[in-house]
Formats: sequence, structure tokens, C-alpha cells
Amino acid sequence: MSSATETLDGVDGASAARSNRDIIERRLKARHRAEFRFRMIGLGAIMLGVTLVALLFGSILAKGLPAFTQANITLNVTFDPQVINIPDRPVQGDLSDADYREEMLAWQRRLVFVNWNRIIQDSLAKVVPAAADNARDAVGMVASNERVRLRDMVRDDPSIIGSTKELDLVAAANVDVWLKGNIDRSLPDSQQQLTALQQEWSDQLYERGVISMDFASELFTNVDSRSSPATAGLLGAMVGSIMMMLIVMVVAVPVGVMAAVYLEEFAPKNRITDLIEVNINNLAAVPSIVFGLLGAAVFINLFGLPLSAPLVGGLVLSLMTLPTVIIASRASLRAVPPSIRQAALGVGASPMQAMFHHTLPLAVPGMLTGAIIGVAQALGETAPLLLIGMNAFVASVPGTPMDQSSALPVQIFLWQGNELRNFFEARTSAAIIVLLTVMISLNALAIFLRHRFERRW
Amino acid sequence: MSAMEAQEEAIMERFETIRIPDPVARNTKIAAKDVSVIYGSKPALHSVSIDIPAQAVTAFIGPSGCGKSTFLRCFNRMNDTIDGCRVLGQMDMDGDDLNDHKLDVVLLRARVGMVFQKPNPFPKSIFDNIAYGPKIHGVARSKGELEEIVSRSLQRAGLWDEVKDRLDEPGTGLSGGQQQRLCIARAIAVNPEVILMDEPCSALDPIATATIEKLIQELRENYTIIIVTHSMAQAQRVSQRTAYFHLGYLVEEGPTEHIFNNPQEKRTKDYITGVFG
Amino acid sequence: MNTLIVVAVLLILLSLAYQWGVSASRSVANASGIKMHSRPAYHGLLVVLWCAIPAAVVYILYLVFSPTISANIVASYLPPDVAADPQATATAISRIENIASGFGAIGDIPPYQNEAAAALSRFEWTARLALIGLAAAAGAFGAIWARRKIAPNYRARNVVEVAIKVVLIACSAIAILTTVGIVLSVLSEALRFFTYVNPLDFFFGTTWNPRFSTVGTEDQGQFGLIPLLWGTIMITIIAMLVAVPIGLMSAIYLSEYAGPKFRLFAKPLLEVLAGIPTIVYGFFALVTVGPFLSWLGATISLDVQATSALTAGVVMGIMIIPFVSSLSDDIISQVPQSLRNGSYGLGATQSETVRKVILPAALPGIVGAFLLAVSRAVGETMIVVLAAGNSPVLTANPFEAVSTVTVTIVNQLTGDTDFASPQSLVAFALGLTLFVITLCLNVVAIYIVKKYREQYE
Repeated sequence: MSSATETLDGVDGASAARSNRDIIERRLKARHRAEFRFRMIGLGAIMLGVTLVALLFGSILAKGLPAFTQANITLNVTFDPQVINIPDRPVQGDLSDADYREEMLAWQRRLVFVNWNRIIQDSLAKVVPAAADNARDAVGMVASNERVRLRDMVRDDPSIIGSTKELDLVAAANVDVWLKGNIDRSLPDSQQQLTALQQEWSDQLYERGVISMDFASELFTNVDSRSSPATAGLLGAMVGSIMMMLIVMVVAVPVGVMAAVYLEEFAPKNRITDLIEVNINNLAAVPSIVFGLLGAAVFINLFGLPLSAPLVGGLVLSLMTLPTVIIASRASLRAVPPSIRQAALGVGASPMQAMFHHTLPLAVPGMLTGAIIGVAQALGETAPLLLIGMNAFVASVPGTPMDQSSALPVQIFLWQGNELRNFFEARTSAAIIVLLTVMISLNALAIFLRHRFERRW
Repeated sequence: MSAMEAQEEAIMERFETIRIPDPVARNTKIAAKDVSVIYGSKPALHSVSIDIPAQAVTAFIGPSGCGKSTFLRCFNRMNDTIDGCRVLGQMDMDGDDLNDHKLDVVLLRARVGMVFQKPNPFPKSIFDNIAYGPKIHGVARSKGELEEIVSRSLQRAGLWDEVKDRLDEPGTGLSGGQQQRLCIARAIAVNPEVILMDEPCSALDPIATATIEKLIQELRENYTIIIVTHSMAQAQRVSQRTAYFHLGYLVEEGPTEHIFNNPQEKRTKDYITGVFG
Repeated sequence: MNTLIVVAVLLILLSLAYQWGVSASRSVANASGIKMHSRPAYHGLLVVLWCAIPAAVVYILYLVFSPTISANIVASYLPPDVAADPQATATAISRIENIASGFGAIGDIPPYQNEAAAALSRFEWTARLALIGLAAAAGAFGAIWARRKIAPNYRARNVVEVAIKVVLIACSAIAILTTVGIVLSVLSEALRFFTYVNPLDFFFGTTWNPRFSTVGTEDQGQFGLIPLLWGTIMITIIAMLVAVPIGLMSAIYLSEYAGPKFRLFAKPLLEVLAGIPTIVYGFFALVTVGPFLSWLGATISLDVQATSALTAGVVMGIMIIPFVSSLSDDIISQVPQSLRNGSYGLGATQSETVRKVILPAALPGIVGAFLLAVSRAVGETMIVVLAAGNSPVLTANPFEAVSTVTVTIVNQLTGDTDFASPQSLVAFALGLTLFVITLCLNVVAIYIVKKYREQYE
């Protein structure tokens, strides 16, 4: 406030303001344009993000939805006793279990060697007589696993031998591809997947309604198959995934909630709990594939648990999900106002009683949301499962968590690599649609719970 | 729409403010006429009219929630940044209606500066804090001119001698009182015509408060100042005119001495004698 | 089914123990006329604990010792010629077990097998009876002991709470154990790898050519990390170039410009991107983005491979957008409103405020968020497995196929059970590298973000 100020004060405030105002006014337009530009870039970024979501879903839906219908051939199948030439099914009587099984296996082996192709060829010849003379072409029209289906029908009920039944047989993948136009029809026959005769039959039967596009129920009722792509399904993968999700729910959720309760409410504030805190935050950001390495080294190599087992997968995914559950549970515990705990303590409850009777029940909705999101995350995880051998081809439904199994995301991984590209691209997309449907339902459930039980303090 | 209009009608209802003219004639800088503010559906200010004299300090006093800060924020349209806030009425400053939505707020805020309750220096160096306004408005033509603006603003805010050797240190490292003077310097750097101060000393200790009050007295020479304050002593010390707000109404306004020594309204009297507040 | 019955019986017994403890504490309270220190429920729980834990210990002892004993019993009956041949031993043991379980065996049964089976089933019967008897006795003794301790001033609640706390601490320790498990398992296998391959050759080698693991071959192949690391870095850079501008601008728009309604619609939509499994992104890259980029390159006569660093990077960037945007959104909304007011009060436009005040103020936090995003990109697996082309060559051209650390881990480890060759052990050395890189990124990022939060608290 010395002489310097006084001389400066000599400048007339009003006139200085006046000239300032002119300068500012001159730049205003440009500044507002810059403002508008910036705003549009922001809006553009969001729109781009939303467009990408739409593009991703659009492309998957466009590819995958057609795979939910599939070409079926309706044929009158005669179980010709001339072809199915087998003895009667053994009965146990007073045989020991081991001996009975041995005889049963021998009988079933006879069943396997029956010429089922002949049955299919004969059935097809009823609708296209030319099939009688072209065994190869005829058999190639039907998915090869349908032979197994006929065999199983006889195994379960040998009395059908000699009868004729109308059956919907799944057409071969190549017929499906041909009819859906997923292959260029103008290609020369040498590059086609169907022979000239099969092409003609397919079109003809489709027109006559013998071949029809039906809901592809085998997608949900069958297991994966290599030899018969048209009947490959997701059942094994879905059961495997469900088992792993159950394990995650049983292992990660209670452990995570209890860890959160301890860390948030009882842990003393010292270096060790600080370390645990840093450790959990870090674990949440460790790449999932590292958990796969852990599973391979510890569960499989050290503990000797089987490869490809849902138990191992579930445990690995549980460890991976644990930090997510702990962090979400701690956040919802922290959201319960301290006044509630203090009120409980004030009337003489022990800290443990205050926790379990008052704080925890109020935090349950938040914890549930976190748990569901964690489980959904685990459901979609692929990389760690590959390292514990789940990339193996498994054509069975796991009966127990110790059996070999596939999982939905791994099945997607396996299918996308199948050589029969023009058929499996659609199948893979369909599998993705199934996976996303489950995940989105889970997330929607989480959002619903959050809104339903959300409390504002 | 009609419900909103009815609400506006209700809020615009005239309220007779007791006005005591100034003994000395002063130029009017801003003439507010029937200014009302609605937050969503809640009226916050009822039809306030007041003339703000130029080159003087006007103090807004009143109990919490009386609308004095809300009214202050009308002068530089800071209420625009709040969702669902509507301002009605006219505010004439040198022929421009401040409440006209065609008026450019960027320019308005360059003309009407503001100092906030809590010192809020940007997390930048002291120099950059002051240079921020001139830079965005492009008023400095050269680096030298910018440096001159910075040093002049700091001098006017009485901070120059304390910080001239550490202009590149962060502004957040200063003490509370220094931070608030930095914020005043930051406002001065744009060379505004009016400076709004929203309880500028409420977060400061008594010594820092005294420094700021002295500064306000000096700034009055060149700027029109409006100050919102909780402290009646402060209003008495720094202002020439005082306006008393109560529950969204402007109850009484007049020369500071008059308001404090001879309030006409009972509510004003109760407030300044400490019956409530 | 059987296990279900056992579980049900056990639960009924435990609830009886609980009731016993509760009623005992009531009668003690009535008899003494003094107010009990703990509520009856705690006395009941304590009886349950004292009953269940000794019984569980007995059961665990049975699980540990009975297989060894039964193996010894069976082994003692084996004739020397069978015992000398491991394969014959295995067959004999499984036959004996089958006979003992009543399933029977095929063919002639040598007398020693029958005798062994009889001895085995005798042992199993006695062992099972002993187990039930001992467990029941241990449980009963425990329960009686706990019952006798019930007294008005007995602090049952405190004992129960200590027990609960031990469980809670054990749950929290699992998080630490996971980290320890990761470090130990990955480190030990990596060290085994370094006995085959010089660490210098691994970390600084510029050629990746592991060959197939054929035992006994002289040259082991080359395990140079650099091409993989470079592939990872290149893809990460591309991903960040995509994700950072879009994610950051979206965050700015959402937090500074968007109205509440727009936020409510756009935010979850972007978050959908975060919930999609990475395998789906991989498939999207493979069948949609890759061919599109390749076509786009062709139109400007640029040779872009369909599976390339660019494809993987772009899709990974899309995956990370919501991650960057939600983290940045959190960070930006932590910048105090007073700074915004200060800037608006000076006449700054919104974009000037964002660019010159908010972003500089939020910079440390945003850098932390970016580091977390980088860590995620580095550890991402499925997108690169499907879309990067898997070609471990050192190239600076993003339009060519590359390989990454994660891809190589998957390639080297899947389907392997024994980690005896450097070809599979290298996966752990790669995993160790990956873990260390992401650990450093995470720790630094978490520290920065934490400091940043504290600054504005």
C-alpha cells in the first residue's frame, strides 16, 4: 500500500475497464465457438461409445439369431429288423453287477456296429427315391449324431425294432449353411460343401416342406460334438458354468462378506491392515490370467485336482472374484451411517452384536449387488479357465464338480476356432447371445435390487 | 405452465421496503428492480428492488437463509450454474439488463468479479492464479503486459510484498488470509467494474480479517463493492450502505450508520441488537 | 442322497445341542436367581461349538488316515509277483475295491483278491463304526463339558465372539494368502524355468522360438521376451490412444455438461461395455472389426492384416472406454465445486474451466486412472488371443500380426499337466513378468488416486 499503489491508482478505473471490455468483446465469438466445439466433441465421444455398443450387439445379433433355427428333416424312420440284427437285451437275473455290466457292454457294442446309415438312407429314399442308389450323398444329408440318437432309442426300448416312426432329424450343418445362404451358391461344385445331388435334394425337400427351419433346441439339450457340428450344443458348457457360479457363490460371497466385516468393523488400524487393504485393491487389478497360473500351479500341480474340472475353475474364479466382493461389501458397510452402530452400542450391545444385528442387515442389499456383479464377471471370464485345461474338448455333461467339463465362454472360444467357419460363426454368436443374456439378466437383477432396496441416509 | 406463472405472480407481489436515502448524493451503478429467485418450486427471494451506489461498499446483512447470498449471485448470474434456478426482474447496469438472457455471461462476469466465502485459489502457481483471468479473456497483448497486470493486481490486493519472490509457488500453499487476498487479486486482474464478496472473511482469523477489511476500504476508490456478511461489526466498519434481508424479503435499506443506529423496522432492530440471528 | 441324510441328521443333532444349552442356561438362571452375563442363545451356541469341533476333528483324522490303512491292508494280501508290477497292482487294487463294495469283478477271481476284499470291507465297517462312535463320544463329551461350564457369570458371549472373530480374520487372510500363493507358485516355477534358460537370454532375447517340447533334444529353442513385450506395449499404446480421448471426453461431458436425464440414460449404456466378457470382444474383433479395418486399409491401398496389433488394440481400446470414463468421472466430480465457481466467476466459459482448471486439478487422479487402464490392457488376454494374430516377431508396423505376453502364456500352458519342459515352464516366467509389471502399475496408480482423494477430502 505504498507509493507504487498510488501511482497505479492514477489510472482511471472506469476507462481501463472500458478498453478491457472492447478487447473481451472482440474475442467473445471465437470463445463461444470453441465452447460449442468442445461440447460437441464430448457429446460425440459419448455417441461414439453408444454406437459401439449398438454395433457390437447388432453384429452379434445379426450373426447369431439365425442360428437359433436350424434345418430339420422330417422322415418316416423304419427300424428295420433286417438291418438292426441284434440279440435280446441281457437281463441281470442273478449275475453280479460286474458281470451284468460286461454283458450289457457287449450288447451295446453289437448295437454300435449296426448299419445305422442304412436306416437313414432307406428313410430318405422314401421321400427322394434317388437316395436309394447314392448312399454317401444320402447319409451326408443328416447330422451324423442322429445315428447315435436312433441307436439310443433302440437301446432304451428294443421293442421299437420293426416299427416305423416319424422323426425330426437334424439336417447336416452343410445343408443348413446351404439353405440359409451362408455359402456362395455360384461357386463351382468342387468348392461346395454339398455335392450337386445334395444341393438339389436340399432345395427340393425344403420346398416340399420335408426340410423345415425349426427352433434349434439341440443348442440347449446337446453337448458339444466334433463329428456332428449340426447337433453340437451348449448343455455341457452351461452345466459347467452353473456349477462354477454356484461354487463362486458358496466360496467367494461368504468369505468376501466376512472379510469385509472384519476389515471394516473390527480390524485395528495398523500396518498389517493397511497391507491387507493395499493387497486387496491390487488383487482386484491383477490380470485374470495370473489367477489361471495360480490355479495350474497350486490346484492342479500341487493338490493334484483334475484338469478341466468345474471345482478347480470355480475355486480359481472365486479367488478372482473375492476382491470385488470385499470391496463392494466394504463400501456398503461404510454407507450405513455410524449413528446406527453408535445407537446399538449405546444401549449396551457388544460390537459384534451391533454389527450382526444392526449394521450388516442394512448393508445386505449393497453386498448382494456387489456379489451378483462379481458372479456375472466370473461367468464371463475365459483366460484363467484355459490354463486349467478347460480348453479340452468335452462331449459330456459333468455329473459332479470333479468331472471334466466345458464352460460357456470357453465353448465360445472353442467354437470360434472351428474350421467349419460359415456354420460355426453363427453358432458362436448364438452361444454369445446365450452368455450375454444370462449376464445381462444378472446385471439387471443387481440394478433392480439396488433400486428396490436403496436407502438414502 | 400456468402453475409456474401463478407462482411467479405470487412471488412478484410487491413488498414495501423501508428506504432511507443517502445524505450524500452517489451515482447508481446497478439498479435492481423486482428481482425474485425461485429454486425449483421454492421461492428464495421476493421482489427485491435496490440501487447499488458506485464507488461505495454496500453490505447485505440478515440471518441465514434470508436470501442475501442468492441475491448477490444474481449480479453476476452465478445462479445460472444451479439447475432449476429461475431469476425474474430487471437489473440495470450502465444501460444493460444483467438478467437479460441475451446478455453474454462471460462478458458480464468479466465486468462483475466475485470473491467467495472460502478462499478458492486454483491449484496453480501464484502467478498463474492471477494471470488466469487476463489469459482467458485475452486482455494481455504480451508477456510483459501480463506480468505487469499480475504485479499490479497483487499490489492492489496488498499481497505483492509477501509473495513477489515466490510467484511460481502454488497458490494453495499460502495462508488462509493470503489465499483470500490472492482471490481478490485474481478478481482485480480482469479489471472489473463491480466486485461481489460473499462473506469473504468467514473462514479467516481476526488478523487476516482486519487486513481484508482494510483492503476493501482501499478498493472502494476504484470499484463498486457489494459484500455479504454475517458480522454486523464488519458491515459497520466497511460499508457505506446496508441492506437488511429477512426470509427472502429486503426489509430495510439505507446508510450504514442509519441502519445500525436508528433502524425503522422491528425485525432489523431485533437482528442488529442480537435478539435473533 | 445319502450324504443329504447324513447332513440332515447332523444338523438335527446340533440343533438339539443348541436347545440343550439354551434350556440349561435358563434353568441355571432360574435356579440362581441372578441375571446371567450372556443371553441363552450364546450358551447354546457355545455348546454347539464344543460339540461340533471335537467331532469334526475326529472326522478329519479319519479322512487323513483311513485311505493309508486300507491301502496297507490291501497291499498285505497281494502276492509278490503282482506287487512287483505296478500296473498289475493297480488293476488288482481296483478289482479288490470293486469286490469289497459289492459291485463284483469280471472273470475268475483269484482267492487272494476275495480275501483282501473281505478284509477290506471288514476294516471299512469297523472304521466307519469307530468313526461314528468316536465322533459321537467326542461331540457328547464336548457338549457336556460346555454344559457344565454354564454359570451366571460365565462369559459365553465373549467366547462365542472370539470364535467368530477368528473365522472373520481367517477370511480376511485368504486375500493375503492368494497374493502369497500367486507370488510363490509363479516365482518357484519361473525359477525352475531359469535353470533351463539363462535369465539374461529370457529378458533381453529378441527372438521367440520355443520349438516343440521334445524330450532329449539338444537345442531348447529361443525364449526372448522382447518381441512379446513389444507386442504388448504396441497394443496397449493403440488401446490407450482409442480409449483415453473417448473415455475422458465422455467423462467430461457426463460430469460437466450432461443433464441428469441424459446421464441416467448414457451412463448405464456405456457401462454395458464394461460388463461384456472379453471373449465376446475377441470374437467381435475377429469377425467384424478385423475384416473392416483390413477393408479400410485396402481402400487407401494400405496392407492391413485382419488380425493385427491394430485390430486387437482398437477393440481393446473400446473395451477400456467405460473403465477410463467411469474412473475419470469419479475423479472429476471430486474436484471441488468452489474451483469451478472461482473460474466461472472470472468469466471463463465451461470449456475453459474444464481445460484450464478442472483437468489440471484432476490430473494426478486421472493419471492414476490411466495407469490402472494400462495395467488392464497389459493383462488382457482373450482379445489378443483371438485378434492379434499370434506372430511373435519384432515389428514396428501396427498393421502386422504380433503376439503378446498373455497370448504366449495361453499358448505355452494349455493342456499341459506336467511342467517339466522349459516350453511350458516359460509360461510362469512370462506370468511373473506380467505380474510384476501390473503390480507396479497398480500400486503406483492406487497410491496416486488415494493421495488425490485425500487432497480434496
